[in-house]
Amino acid sequence: MVPSYVPLWYYLLLSGFLFACGVAGFLIKRNIITIFMSIELMLNGVNLSFVAFAAHWHALSGQVFVFFVMVVAAAEATVGLAIIIAVYRTRETLNVDQVNLLKL
Amino acid sequence: MNPNLNLWLIPVLPLAGAAINGFLGKKSSRQGVTAVALLFSGAAFAMALWVAARFSSLSLPYHEFVAHWIRSGSFSADFAFYLDQLSLVMLLVVTGVGFLIHIYSVGYIWDDPSYYRFFSYLNLFMFFMLTLVLAGNYLLMFIGWEGVGLASYLLIGFWFTKDSAASAGKKAFIVNRIGDFGFLIALFLLIKHFGSLDFLAVFHQVDSFRAAGNEGLLTAIAILLMVGAAGKSAQIPLYVWLPDAMEGPTPVSALMHAATMVTAGVYMVSRSHVIFESSPTALMVVAIIGTLTAFFAATIGIAQTDIKKVLAYSTISQLGYMFMACGVGAFSAGIFHLMTHAFFKGLLFLGAGSVIHAVGGEQDMRKLGGLRSYIPWTFLTMSIATLAIAGVPPLAGFFSKDEILWKAFSSEHGSWVYWLIGVVTAFITSFYMFRLWFMTFFGDYRGAQADSHGHGSHGQDSHEHGGPHESPAVMLVPLAILAVLSIVGGWVGIGNRFESFLAPVFGLPLPAQSAAESGGHMELYLTLISVAAALLGFYFAYLLYHKRQDLPQKIADALGGFYEAVVHKYYIDELYAALFVKPLIDGSTRILWQDVDRKIIDAAVNDAGDGAWRVSDEVRHMQSGNIRSYAGWIAAGSAVVIAFMIWMGMGTQ
Repeated sequence: MVPSYVPLWYYLLLSGFLFACGVAGFLIKRNIITIFMSIELMLNGVNLSFVAFAAHWHALSGQVFVFFVMVVAAAEATVGLAIIIAVYRTRETLNVDQVNLLKL
Repeated sequence: MNPNLNLWLIPVLPLAGAAINGFLGKKSSRQGVTAVALLFSGAAFAMALWVAARFSSLSLPYHEFVAHWIRSGSFSADFAFYLDQLSLVMLLVVTGVGFLIHIYSVGYIWDDPSYYRFFSYLNLFMFFMLTLVLAGNYLLMFIGWEGVGLASYLLIGFWFTKDSAASAGKKAFIVNRIGDFGFLIALFLLIKHFGSLDFLAVFHQVDSFRAAGNEGLLTAIAILLMVGAAGKSAQIPLYVWLPDAMEGPTPVSALMHAATMVTAGVYMVSRSHVIFESSPTALMVVAIIGTLTAFFAATIGIAQTDIKKVLAYSTISQLGYMFMACGVGAFSAGIFHLMTHAFFKGLLFLGAGSVIHAVGGEQDMRKLGGLRSYIPWTFLTMSIATLAIAGVPPLAGFFSKDEILWKAFSSEHGSWVYWLIGVVTAFITSFYMFRLWFMTFFGDYRGAQADSHGHGSHGQDSHEHGGPHESPAVMLVPLAILAVLSIVGGWVGIGNRFESFLAPVFGLPLPAQSAAESGGHMELYLTLISVAAALLGFYFAYLLYHKRQDLPQKIADALGGFYEAVVHKYYIDELYAALFVKPLIDGSTRILWQDVDRKIIDAAVNDAGDGAWRVSDEVRHMQSGNIRSYAGWIAAGSAVVIAFMIWMGMGTQ
C-alpha cells in the first residue's frame, strides 16, 4: 500500500540537508554575497522543518512561525545588502578575508 | 523621694562651652572666648556647690535616669548619673580646681594664637571628667574615661607643630590604650558574670558571687580594673607617659596631669571598692604597685632638672601613695590624699607655670635661681605648696599623707613594710621638693644669659623680656586660693571627719582603726617619725642645694653609674623601647608590611590582575576579524550545545 502522504522524516532529511549546505557554504565561501545566500539557505531549511512539523502535529503555530521567519529574512536581506554595498564602496572588495578591520 | 537635681547639666554645661568655643571661637575675640569658657565651667562649679548645699537633704545614693542607651536582652546600660559622698568630693574637686585653672589659663595662654582651641579642649575635658565622676554605670564611666584620654591627647599635643609634643601626645594615648584594654576586659567579665554594669547592681551581687566560690574571678576582675587604673593614673608599669605629658601647656599639666584626670584611676578603684575588698589578693597587688610606684618615682624625681619633670615624677609618686591607701583598704584615706593633692599639686604646677612665665619659657632649674625677690607672690604660694607636699604640719599634705601611712601600718591589709617604704618616700619627697624650691628661688639668678636665645623655645611666651617678672593678677588669684586650700584643706581630716563623711560609701572604719585609740601612742610616734622624715628632707636639701652647692656634683660623681641610671630614669623608656616598641615596629615592618602586606596581599591582588591580563591576551586572538572563523566558532558552539541537549534528552528516557 502506498502511503497517502510523504513521511515526516523525508522532510526533515531534506531540511537538514539544506541547513548543512547553508552552514558549509557560510564557512567555505569568501564572497560575501554567497555567504549571504547561504544564510538564506539555512533559514529556508529551518522553515521546511517548521512546516513539516506543523503538518505532522496539525498545529498552526509552526506555519505562523514560518511567516515570521520570512519577514525577518526579508528585512535582514534589505539591511544586509545595504551593508554589502556600503562595504563594497569603501573597500572595493567583497572578499570577507579582507574585511577584518575589527580584529585586534 | 529625692528632688530632681538635674545632675546631667553639670557635665553638659562645659560641653556647651567647648562646642561654642570650638565652632565659633576662631572668629570671636579673646574676651568672648574667655567669657564663654569661664561662664560654662564656672556654671558647672556653681551647680556643684548648689548640689553640695542640698546634699544633706538627699537620701543617698542619689540616682538620676536621663535616657535609655543600650537595651539588649536582659542587659541594659543607660545614661544615668549617680551621686554619693564619693562622687560629691570628686565633683567639687574637679569643678573647683578646674574652674581655678580655667581662670589661671586666661593669663597664661593669652598670647597664644590658638587661644580659643585651648579653652575648647579644656572645657571638653571638664565634660568628660564630670561624666566619669558622675556616671551611674561602668559603661558611662568608660565613656568619660576614654574622653579624658582624648582631651589629654589633644592638650598634650596642643603645640603640635613641635615634634616632641606630638609624640608625647601619642605616647600618652597609646600607653593608656594598654590600660584601657584591661579595663574593657574587666567590663566584659562583669557583663558575662553579673549581667549588668550598673554600680549598685554589680556591688549587690558581689558577696553572693564570692560565697559561690568565685573569688578567683573577682580577683581577675579587680586586677584588670587595676590595669586600667594603672594606665590612667600612671602607675608601674604604665607610668611612662606622664613625664612626657609635660610637653603640654602648664595649666594642662596642673589640671589633668596632676589634679584631676590622673586621679581617675584612684576614683575608679575606690568606686569599685566592693570588688577589691572581696579579693585580698587584688588588694595586695594594688598596695604593692602603689608602694613601689611611690618610691620608684620619687627616686627619679631627685635627679631631674626640668622643673615640670620633677613635679611629674612627684605626681606619680603621690598617686602611688593613693593606691597604697586603696590597697590596704583605706579608700577614704586615698580619696583624702587625692583631694589635698589636687590642691597642692595643682598649686605647684600653676606656680611652676608662673615661674616659667616669669623667665620666658625656661624650665631647666639649673638656669633658674634667686627668683624669690622677682616673683614674691609666686614664691610665697609655691612655698606653701612645697611645705604641704612635704608633709609639714599643719598643712594639707601632712594630714592626708599621715593618714595613709598610719593606715598602711595599722590596717588589717597593711604591713610595716608599706609604712617603712612610705616614710622613706616621704623623706625623698621632701628632699626633692625643697631641692626644687632652693634651686628655683634661692641663690643667684642663673638665667640672664640664657634669656636672649632660650627665649620662647618652649612656646609659652613670645613677648619681650626684661628680667623675670611677676605674673598678672588673673594668674595670681588662683594661686592664692589654692594656697589657702593647701593650708586648710587637710583640716577636714582632723578627728576622722573626712572618713566619717565617706563612711556610707566605704563602710565604717575597720575595727583595727577604732582600736587606734589604744594604739594612740603608736600613731603619735609614727606621725613624729614622718614629720621628722620631712624635716630631714628639708635639711638635706638645704645642705646640698643652698649651703654647700659643690656637694651634689661630688655625690653624683661618687655614685657614678647609679647616678647616671637615676638621671636617665633607670632607662625604663629605653627598656620599653627595646622590649616592646622596637619588636613591634620591626615586626610590623618586616612581617606585616614586607611579608604579609607586600608578599601576600599585594602579590595576590597584582597576580589576579596579571592573570586576567594574560588570559585575555591569549583569548583576544580568537577575535581575528575573520568572519568565517567567527562562523566556525558559532557552528562549533551550537554543535556542542545540541550534542549536550541530545545527551541530556537521552538521559531522561
